[in-house]
Amino acid sequence: MGIHPASIRTSRGGGAADSARRSDSLLTVILFLLPSLALFLIFVVYPILQSVYYSFFNWKGFGPAVDFVALNNYRRILTDRVFLIALKNGLIIIALSLGIQLPLALGIALMVRRDLPGRAFFRTIFFMPYVFSEVMAAIMWLGLYNADPQRGLINALLVLIPGAKPQAWLGDTRLVMPCIFVVLTWKYFGFYMLLFMTGLQNIPAELEEAARIDGANRRQLFQYITLPLLGSTIRISAYMSVLGSLQQFILVWVMTHGGPVNASEVMATYMYRFGFVRFQLGYGSAVAIVMFLICLIFSLVYQRLAPQADYLGAY
Amino acid sequence: MSRKIFTLLSLIVVGVLMLTACGAPPTQAPPSEPPATQPPAAPPPAEAPAPTQPPPAPTQPQAEKVTITWWHIQVADDQKALWQGMADEYMAAHPNVNIEITVLENEAFKTKLTTVMQSGNPPDIFQSWGGGTMNEYAKAGLLKDITAELDKDGWRDTFSPGALGVYSYNGVNYGVPRDMGMVGFWYNKDLFKKAGIETPPTTWTEFLEDIQKLKSAGITPIALGEGDKWPGAFYWEYLAVRIGGQAAFDAAYSRKGAFTDAPFVEAGTKLQELVALQPFQNGFLGATWPDEQVEMASEKAAMDLMGQWAPGAFKDASVDKKGLGDKLGWFPFPMVEGGAGDPADALGGGNGFVIGKNAPPEAVDFLKYISSVESQIAQAKIGLSVPVVKGAEVGLTDPSLIAVQKGAAAAKYFQLYYDQALPPAVGSVVNDSVQGLFAGTLTPQQAAQAIEDAVAAEMQ
Repeated sequence: MGIHPASIRTSRGGGAADSARRSDSLLTVILFLLPSLALFLIFVVYPILQSVYYSFFNWKGFGPAVDFVALNNYRRILTDRVFLIALKNGLIIIALSLGIQLPLALGIALMVRRDLPGRAFFRTIFFMPYVFSEVMAAIMWLGLYNADPQRGLINALLVLIPGAKPQAWLGDTRLVMPCIFVVLTWKYFGFYMLLFMTGLQNIPAELEEAARIDGANRRQLFQYITLPLLGSTIRISAYMSVLGSLQQFILVWVMTHGGPVNASEVMATYMYRFGFVRFQLGYGSAVAIVMFLICLIFSLVYQRLAPQADYLGAY
Repeated sequence: MSRKIFTLLSLIVVGVLMLTACGAPPTQAPPSEPPATQPPAAPPPAEAPAPTQPPPAPTQPQAEKVTITWWHIQVADDQKALWQGMADEYMAAHPNVNIEITVLENEAFKTKLTTVMQSGNPPDIFQSWGGGTMNEYAKAGLLKDITAELDKDGWRDTFSPGALGVYSYNGVNYGVPRDMGMVGFWYNKDLFKKAGIETPPTTWTEFLEDIQKLKSAGITPIALGEGDKWPGAFYWEYLAVRIGGQAAFDAAYSRKGAFTDAPFVEAGTKLQELVALQPFQNGFLGATWPDEQVEMASEKAAMDLMGQWAPGAFKDASVDKKGLGDKLGWFPFPMVEGGAGDPADALGGGNGFVIGKNAPPEAVDFLKYISSVESQIAQAKIGLSVPVVKGAEVGLTDPSLIAVQKGAAAAKYFQLYYDQALPPAVGSVVNDSVQGLFAGTLTPQQAAQAIEDAVAAEMQ
């Protein structure tokens, strides 16, 4: 995982020879970094700067941008009703991911790690959805959610229950977000389960054993040993989960296009709609920058709050 | 043991991610279609020499090899086969030409085309509906001017002028039509009979009454894929045509009037009268046009407001690939009592092909080849096109399609679909706003205002 910053720091010291060696090694570092730095600049930094530039224009995406509108695009975003829906939906996904998806993943990780018979089998099964491509998963769930009981499995099962009526699922403005969240959870909890499982493996067995000898019960074991020692994994999972929620696109776009009537709009589908359906690339760029800023601010706050060890090479 | 599993799983993840990274574009294919078969736009094969390379044997006067890329949206088996057959014939007659066909489902095509257009690399020949979107491409210099080729050898005169005009902008031709028709109600005669409806409705009031009759008979009156938005927009647009006529649209379009004028608000009110009867299949707000086809093809729904391509699509969506056959009838959109529009006015449009800016001359020649009378007759026979080349009408045998062709030809006022007639940014707002009307989240005034705002911002 790259060069540990600490190893550079240790070479700090007085003396001419030391400083020469230091600049020498610095040169080596820069030389080794150069290829990936170039790629990073070309494929990450440059497009971001370009988006910033275009976000100040009313631009259709063809030919050069000429119609300069200063901050108008940003003003429009922050007052647009649909953008606010998209933002709200993003926050709902975050809240549900942190509140349901991660605890579920942790619970299952604890389960498949110990006493469940055939746990290797279940581990694979639970991880399977994450391996599927998102488009495949979305198309599969489109079939399951189909409103026609003769074509959609869920409704086909539902009509077997006396008194139950087939639901519109993705076609219902109130049901569409819960439906999408089910798919998101199904798709991603396996990944977090895997993270938690590796985290659990790094907890020394002696510690648990010692606690058990001291008379700790299962709940105490979990509360005072497992949870604290899993802290960094949980924090990283939460971080990735939040960023993933903010950037969610493919599943939503393939299943609902952000509809019906914007009920399942998220920021990325909103951006896509303007950039590629309405040909308002300037406005779309501004949306992308707003998204970027939200993610950046979150990352910075996270780095400030989380213990350094979390992101300086614990994993 | 568990570490091994972890390593194995990681390998699987990496492998799958790499594989799926170049997977198919998002598409909402109906189950009746083969699963997501959109081939990615293949780059020209490596063995085709780049134009800058000298020909392998300069002493022999052999024609240089060219590759034509062609994107069309005919996913139905017989239609796809027709185009492939024509390309094969052409390649056999011109051994130096290689035609690479990319078949895309309607929505996937729009998405993919936008991406390649914004990167400045249009395909050589591709599907177009003309109008506002094509004009944007033309303005950006992404299309090839084929005016001169059209004027040569009287090619221009083989087309009906109205249809050809849809593919020109500021007097310059960028493509040719293959089909021109109008939107109307496709209906299942058997289901109408079962509900006790003798003749199709001619007025809005009759129409609403017939919907009640169908509902009482336990039949879904209308199939609608409003998740795709454009199928539902036809209702609002047609109501505006019937209520306001040509005058209302012309005034709003020229900015002497506005899309908040009475006829456009009234159209929303009438539309919500219809929605209040709950005439659509369950879940119509999330359904797509392919879902709509299945509703009709499986004879669950009685009516479908759709263009001339509907019979071909129903055929492909039916299990036996035969469609509804003689059971399928057609009637024009009912007149609205007190409306300013003429009952013969039509909402519609057509399909055509335009030429990308980098296309070789052979692409235009091939376009001419597939626009011949013989080709048009073959297209008409399988219900792919309502022909626009003179003399090809004989290919039409289906009485409904003949009615569509006559209706379009007889219309005093022909309104191109709004999402094609207006710039893309406005067309998309029209479709979104009408979806709001269907869902009941927008009032007729709010929908009209949203459209007016978009028009005002886009068309100063």
